[in-house]
Amino acid sequence: MLESLHDKKLKFLEEMANRIRQDIISMLVEAESGHSAGPLGMADIFTALYFHVLKHDPKKPDWPERDRLVLSNGHICPVRYAAMAHAGYFSLEELKTLRKIHSRLQGHPHRATLPGMETTSGPLGSGLSQAVGMALAVKLDKKRCKIYCLMSDGEQQCGNIWEAAMFAGKNKLNNLIGVIDRNNIQIDGFTENIMPLEPLRDKYEAFNWHVIEIDGHNIHHFVDAVNEAHAIYEKPTVIIAHTIPGKGVSFMENKFEWHGKPPNSDEAEAALMELAANYDRMKREHH
Amino acid sequence: MPVNSRAKLNSKLFDKDVEQKAIRDGYGPGLVSAGEENPNVVVLCADLSESTRSEDFAKKFPERFFEIGVAEQNMAAIAAGLGVSGKIPFISSYATFSPGRNWEQIRTTISYNDSNVKIAGHHAGLVTGPDGATHQAVEDIATMRVLANMKVFVPCDAIEAKKATIAAAKIWGPIYIRFAREKSSVLTTEATPYTPGKAEVFWESKKKPKAVIIGCGLLMYNALLAAKELEEDGIDVAVINNHTIKPLDEKTILEYAKKCGAVVTVEEHQISGGLGGAVAEFLSKNAPTPMEFVGMQGVFGESGPGKELIDEYGMGVKDVIRAVKKAIKRK
Repeated sequence: MLESLHDKKLKFLEEMANRIRQDIISMLVEAESGHSAGPLGMADIFTALYFHVLKHDPKKPDWPERDRLVLSNGHICPVRYAAMAHAGYFSLEELKTLRKIHSRLQGHPHRATLPGMETTSGPLGSGLSQAVGMALAVKLDKKRCKIYCLMSDGEQQCGNIWEAAMFAGKNKLNNLIGVIDRNNIQIDGFTENIMPLEPLRDKYEAFNWHVIEIDGHNIHHFVDAVNEAHAIYEKPTVIIAHTIPGKGVSFMENKFEWHGKPPNSDEAEAALMELAANYDRMKREHH
Repeated sequence: MPVNSRAKLNSKLFDKDVEQKAIRDGYGPGLVSAGEENPNVVVLCADLSESTRSEDFAKKFPERFFEIGVAEQNMAAIAAGLGVSGKIPFISSYATFSPGRNWEQIRTTISYNDSNVKIAGHHAGLVTGPDGATHQAVEDIATMRVLANMKVFVPCDAIEAKKATIAAAKIWGPIYIRFAREKSSVLTTEATPYTPGKAEVFWESKKKPKAVIIGCGLLMYNALLAAKELEEDGIDVAVINNHTIKPLDEKTILEYAKKCGAVVTVEEHQISGGLGGAVAEFLSKNAPTPMEFVGMQGVFGESGPGKELIDEYGMGVKDVIRAVKKAIKRK
């Protein structure tokens, strides 16, 4: 069981998610390339993971007993970088180096250059397999840690995902928790037009997974889902998190055009103003 | 006979009844030995545990053996996860599937990710025989050699294959090892020196050799038979077993290229991108030397008995001899 999520902590997490969203915008405008919609959409879940769910120590990123967080859809890494910086893995200042030469913050994440980054990723569809490998390894070593694998919905079109799902179901990897960012968009359009995924829940259930569907912007629901996953002994669990791509920046929300581009400086200014106004509102409501 | 005595080769090397054993038969015992030595060794297989010989390990260490089913991409990436978690995974399949089908997973999750995974590509080369070209990997050395962080081992017989497997478990980092299906002549002995990255001189005439044959894999036998015939013909050569394609033993290759002045590479692989390519890349920069290449000439194979295919596709003893004479003429 995770530590219970009391009101004060929840307020802290909601405020943190907003700050992370602001950092994502600042990073992207500075980098002049990168992905906007996915990182904004997953800010709440990354905040919940780094500040409530994960058993980890930013000062000891190789701690053998740590939970592993595998990011399969590497292109949303700005949200992970921002969450890691706030959690203390490196300075907030370093976020400005995203995608620049000599930076540890590669355009798609690279394990070798950044302590705490569990895998190199970018090419879609192979993160779940790597998470399966980690889940097997920690079971062999009789460790109690959990392996979380974050995936996009678009990459559910990759065959490799279902090879991994089949293996995890067969081997009852109850220490493996998949999280799918179900935001319904991919580069070329809406997932259900490009290559329909539904019924996604049925697919995972057919592969012998336990499936939980949540509102991916409700941190409380996410934490509850993780607790439920921990309680499921006989299966791996996948949490299908329904999210809004571009969440928090109204002109980006639900637009697949924002999948793979950064805001220009005017757009970034507008986005930051909106997020800051929300932050102030939240602060007022929270106090 | 100019067999290098320090190589301690099989004394029956040139007998008609020289022992025949498949290179893949070295993998199973090698895995078992590595597994006994290190509890972190784990083995994954994609529905080919008998023919890759990984079943030897599965029987001995069932809790450390993982059957993946027909899913080579999954196998590579699962191994990547195990390899960054302190395990030493060996993945086993046919080379046309692994590292064929799963090349991108190997590139991203093993090679770039620098995960401690060993890739065993079986049924490599034309001698896969009757199964036909779909199952005859003749591109795998090239596709693995080009990857950063990747080492490439091509053992010449079952004994060397066992040594290569054991060595791979001890060397940190991604390694590709190539195995063949058909029985082939056992050239080496347990006493033959084997150090990854160090080529071994198997044959050297007392007189200054006029050419050096640099080979790998089971065609080392043809290289030695060619050397013997050439010797009887009054043409002195040296023969090097270059069992490690990467990192290349540049010192030995440079020494013999300079000493002999003509080089012939022999491999059961496309002539572009394999052993010949590696040697040519190195020599063209450091000691340009006339070179001839014995290998697949940019075509696919076909069904047939392995040994007949080797002759049919220009990798027989006569082809090696012809290449040596041609290289010498070009000096």
